Amino acid sequence: MQERVKKEPEREFRVIGTRPLRPDGADKVTGRAKFGADFKMAGQLVGKVLRSPHAHARIKSIDVSKAAALPGVKAIVTRDDFKDQGSEFVPAGEMLVNYRDVVRTVMAREKALFEGHPVAAVAATSESVAREALKLIKVDYEVLPHVMDPVDAMRPDAPLLHDDMITAGVTPAPTKPSNVAKRVEFALGDVEKGFKDADVIIEREFNTKPVHQGYIEPHACVASVSEDGSAEVWVTTQGHWIVRAHCARLLGWDISKIRVTASEIGGGFGGKTVVYLEPLALALSKKSRKAVKMVMSREEVFRASGPTSGANVWVKIGAKKNGKIVAGEAILKYQAGAFQGSPVQPGCMSAFAPYDLEHVKVVGYDVVTNRPKVAAYRAPGAPISEYAVESVVDELSERLGIDPIELRLKNAAKEGTKAAYGPKFGPIGLIEGLKAAQDSPHWKAPLGKNQGRGIAAGFWFNIGGETTVSLQLNEDGTLSLMAGTPDIGGLRASLCMMAAEELGVDLGKIRPIIADTSSLGYNFLTGGSRSTFSSGMATVEAARAIIKEACVRASKLWEIPIDAVTWEDGKVKPAGDNAGKHQPMDLGDIAKIAGKTGGPIIGYSAITAHGAAPSFGVHIADAEIDPETGKATITRYTVIQDAGRAIHPSYVEGQYQGGAAQGIGWALNEEYIYGDDGKLQNPGFLDYRIPVASDLPMIDTIIVEVPNPRHPYGVRGIGETPIVPPMAAVAAAVKRATGVRFFELPMSPPKVLKGIKDAKANGGAKATA
Amino acid sequence: MAHVVLIGNLRQYTGGVTELDINAASVRQLFARLSEQFPELKPHLEEGLAVAIDGQIYQDALLQPISEGSEVHVLPQIAGG
Amino acid sequence: MAKHHVATTVNGDAVEFLCETEQTLLDCLREELDLTGAKEGCSSGDCGACSVMIDNRLVCSCLVLGVEANGKSIETIEGMADGEELHPLQRKFLEHAALQCGICTPGFLVASKALLAKNPNPSETEVRYWLAGNLCRCTGYDKIVRAVMDAATEMRGA
Repeated sequence: MQERVKKEPEREFRVIGTRPLRPDGADKVTGRAKFGADFKMAGQLVGKVLRSPHAHARIKSIDVSKAAALPGVKAIVTRDDFKDQGSEFVPAGEMLVNYRDVVRTVMAREKALFEGHPVAAVAATSESVAREALKLIKVDYEVLPHVMDPVDAMRPDAPLLHDDMITAGVTPAPTKPSNVAKRVEFALGDVEKGFKDADVIIEREFNTKPVHQGYIEPHACVASVSEDGSAEVWVTTQGHWIVRAHCARLLGWDISKIRVTASEIGGGFGGKTVVYLEPLALALSKKSRKAVKMVMSREEVFRASGPTSGANVWVKIGAKKNGKIVAGEAILKYQAGAFQGSPVQPGCMSAFAPYDLEHVKVVGYDVVTNRPKVAAYRAPGAPISEYAVESVVDELSERLGIDPIELRLKNAAKEGTKAAYGPKFGPIGLIEGLKAAQDSPHWKAPLGKNQGRGIAAGFWFNIGGETTVSLQLNEDGTLSLMAGTPDIGGLRASLCMMAAEELGVDLGKIRPIIADTSSLGYNFLTGGSRSTFSSGMATVEAARAIIKEACVRASKLWEIPIDAVTWEDGKVKPAGDNAGKHQPMDLGDIAKIAGKTGGPIIGYSAITAHGAAPSFGVHIADAEIDPETGKATITRYTVIQDAGRAIHPSYVEGQYQGGAAQGIGWALNEEYIYGDDGKLQNPGFLDYRIPVASDLPMIDTIIVEVPNPRHPYGVRGIGETPIVPPMAAVAAAVKRATGVRFFELPMSPPKVLKGIKDAKANGGAKATA
Repeated sequence: MAHVVLIGNLRQYTGGVTELDINAASVRQLFARLSEQFPELKPHLEEGLAVAIDGQIYQDALLQPISEGSEVHVLPQIAGG
Repeated sequence: MAKHHVATTVNGDAVEFLCETEQTLLDCLREELDLTGAKEGCSSGDCGACSVMIDNRLVCSCLVLGVEANGKSIETIEGMADGEELHPLQRKFLEHAALQCGICTPGFLVASKALLAKNPNPSETEVRYWLAGNLCRCTGYDKIVRAVMDAATEMRGA
């Protein structure tokens, strides 16, 4: 069941809000669409990576001589082929990147810092030759003790990953290095004072495991370097301008020399916003004078590409008997993997976002461990911190005997609320979402035996960013739209719909492409729930530019002043007294005279999109626990979320459903399992268990629309918020089904079973720590 | 004058000052004034920050105007995944 | 090591290719025949993105050797449409927005077609269990299941 809840009366739209077929659809259902590994260049070599078998080791020497002598091996690269980078945070687009860490993520230098860390790469005439060559590379490792999780890594005697890591954000700065890269703190008011007013205080500690984005398509690219030093890259990525920037920097080339084309992308969720293979493929191509194709295996994806953090989170919330929350405090310890940069900062900022609080304090630690460097994963940092806070809010609702929706309504952030991270909120849809949850058939449905129902709220900031769109008016009046944010699921449809709405033309007259980095101005990556918002804003601007120019051309042709011309229903018309003397011209008519009246007509928009607005969500989860096995089955699920305005409702619903499914997997099954030797034991989809079709029910959705006043159509980003509420909603459902509250994820069957058994042994329901 | 609030770790470079009034007509001017007043803050203002002006968040907006009496928050930039 | 010569039928066309002993049927389809519709998501038969039919049997082509295709009849996603006319499953996937990134879509379509050939009137549970061998990370499966059941209805003429 899919529903809508609108805040303002219906604006009259012709195209916006309908559900046309997507323009890239035919290719996707026939196998014609080309993803990262589907592309080949003539004479290409196969590139493969040699990876460290140790979680932590000094690399004393690398001997590639035997491998280089193997017939069919055309190039080998190691750390010697990449210039070291100084420690400096530089912007790559809008992100701050420390290239000293990036060059080491791509190819180990002094140390291997995680099992799977690249140590060398070869390019050979076939896959079997390349694999043979890897076996012939001799690496002399000095194995070091490893440390795998943030709490252990913070101990004073923990093995040290970087002997120059001095914790930033601490005054005075520590004198000794540690595994803590940074400490951050966000505070409002005075929590000590706030807690004094509390009638009830609940303090809980939570532990979560790292989980992978789980994109079905592994990383893949083809790179080719010409004799004049210019290069082409075909790659599956969320941001090809970012790929270009990273490769240029790591290889020391001019940005203009690299042309990156984004293939269709088979899932990213944040995990494809970084580079792994591309700099290697380019370096191998330069050395071998041939194109080089590199594709990760699933095992490599798990061993060597960034998951999101696992974490230890402590939360303390105080409230009055009537449910008013008076203070909230949290300490977040997130693991960053081998190099600094976990999403602990946004985790801190989002933790209490759904609540109107006077006193809040959140402290976060960014901790390195011997695992792959974490990469962004859908609302990075927020699912973990909001899982913990929402779980304590749920416990509070039980303790106070207040309905969990009522409790949240009592404390909900709304327009004008000072956010826990500082500024006041503009119009937001949290209260509308909570009310829609209350009114939903799901909330009122009866529950069966061993079933429980949980609810949780969630939030993501959403961003805008640098965006360029070009809209060309073709000679026959059709239009070609070039955007630069890779389409991860429905974007091209939405952009064409917005252009068609603006221009008053049939949707079928507009064909979209995602342009390469040499054909279009800069675009920041697809992420941060920004593509429909930002590329949409730029598309609308580009469409309006075409309308403006069409009016100019008509006015010149008709020899009347520009303000005597108007645009209506897809046509330029004379306005006022001149009405009737000139035939209205549609875009086809304008296109015919374009060349003769000044040149081709293009609408162009190159902006840094501002005005992105947050999206709040509320999820309701029903879980049934099998008392004999501890298995939790989700029997019913509803996602309620504010989209601002749903351009193409099917793709908004799809984002809601997909994020919920990922969150359910995070809650119930997904985790990395490492042995004591620091090696990953489940690098495959059999044992890294993501939800399958038989695990899930239909996922109902309710799209709330509280328009964002700063976007021409009221759009809010929506892609990330759906993964934020599920873990707490499911945990709350499990609590109500079993009487046992769990503080560790995933709540896999053995853990739930043990929890239920322990509770029985201790004489009744009790919280497990 | 705009009323400026520094969020997060920035207060460590201002000797603990978290709120102050500053004469600035744009984000660029705001950063320049803050750097003059707190030299240790300067490198941290160059990248990685967002500015909320009366609740509207701006990232990468050096030329964004700040009006008289605005409430301005300086906070970490957000990305996403 | 000399390559093996394989003669087989793919989507009704007689084809031949050379392959190494250890090359999977998936490798051969993608590299030797340039049929890149079947995707490699895991190489261990867990994700279903490589689903094809061999002699009317649904298989993960990453678990079949190229040499095993000799003399058999293979159907891939590329053969699902009838000329310009999409198969009802393909149409319904588009109408229901049952794909976001689309990487798993060829596998789901081949697997769904196999299901409906065997059971033209599956329940929601039967659809879900049949498709449990195809992983999707984008959609949460809701729209996929709806599309399959809607296609089944159309194909039954119901």
